[in-house]
Amino acid sequence: MNIGKQFKEGLLTKNPVFVQLLGMCSSLAITTSMFNGLGMGISVTLILICSNVFISALRKVIPSNIRIAAYIVIIAGFVTMVDLLLQAFLPALSENLGVFIPLIVVNCIILGRAEAFASKNGVLASAFDGLFQGIGYTMAITIMSIIREFLGAGTFGGGVLNGGEGIRILPEGYPALQMVMPVGGFLALGFLIAGFQWLMKKMEEKQKEGVK
Amino acid sequence: MSEYMQSLLGILLSAILTENFILVKFYGICPFMGVSKKTDTALGMGMAVTFVMGIASAATWAVNAFLLIPLKLEYMQTVAFILVIAAIVQVVEMFLKKSVPALYQALGIFLPLITTNCAVLGAALVNVQKGYDFLQSVVFGVCGGLGFTLAIVLFASVRERVDKAECPKSFRGFPIALVSAGLLALAFMGFSGLKIF
Repeated sequence: MNIGKQFKEGLLTKNPVFVQLLGMCSSLAITTSMFNGLGMGISVTLILICSNVFISALRKVIPSNIRIAAYIVIIAGFVTMVDLLLQAFLPALSENLGVFIPLIVVNCIILGRAEAFASKNGVLASAFDGLFQGIGYTMAITIMSIIREFLGAGTFGGGVLNGGEGIRILPEGYPALQMVMPVGGFLALGFLIAGFQWLMKKMEEKQKEGVK
Repeated sequence: MSEYMQSLLGILLSAILTENFILVKFYGICPFMGVSKKTDTALGMGMAVTFVMGIASAATWAVNAFLLIPLKLEYMQTVAFILVIAAIVQVVEMFLKKSVPALYQALGIFLPLITTNCAVLGAALVNVQKGYDFLQSVVFGVCGGLGFTLAIVLFASVRERVDKAECPKSFRGFPIALVSAGLLALAFMGFSGLKIF
């Protein structure tokens, strides 16, 4: 039952990107194609699960005065591992994401979950928390990448489908190139958060009516 | 020598305008959105970031050149840099508290936030990636900070007005701020053709 609640929190009511507004640097910068969005999401999810489990297991050993420094070192260790693994096995993704892979260290989602959840809860609950928050993040940035890629390049699934070129939906010359540039990141996230807030409000109203 | 000066000027111009840390590169969006409700606090944050980024760029360059490369530990860059940055922020905070209380009053509350600011770590990593020497690294760090300050101050003054304007309910607060940041980024795209020499 608890797991169900955690699942809902991670994906909807406490979605790290749309509701908590964390980790915006990466979600704005790399969401230009579905390949990048999915790759970044999966990397962050992996690091989040590992760091949550590790920090939760050590929560009674780490002195509270220096806990933030300790968390950052643990997170940086896992980030370095993922960085090296990507360089070895997925060099294309590593090149696309560039400096944003090492920058996962300072991604507020991971430190935020360490401080808010893993430092207070057991290992298993923390692992699930990492998994669900990670899925919430992956979902959010994948949606954003799909929208930006469709409007900006006119394709779907760039880097994954159709031999890496993606399936062309809009004919060439139609897409607005701005959407894959920095402007598009801000606009897409702004509109998505607005849409999400609208949706949450509708759901709340419906629930209230149901109670009555 | 003159070629070297040109490279420095090029770094200066690109870090402030054409490759602005926030609006083009997306380093440091969290403080950009979080501390931009008022122009004064935005200016304080910008100055604190510039200050720390200058010192951090110098220190991480030294750590990389004199410690990591001779020991062949380049793969530890991320871990080493974030520790150096956290230590610097701590030292700067203690130093300011003791010796320049006035500056500490102005910057104090922003300093702890800077450890987890992507801009500082980002600058350190980009310095290594591009193979900048000591002076170039420091210029890149300081000018990146100035670019950050420029963007956050501009954005804060826009935001002060946007907050008073009417907009659809769902857009209130963050979404409309993001949309206005988008428009600011669109304006900065105009610099992308800018080239000296």
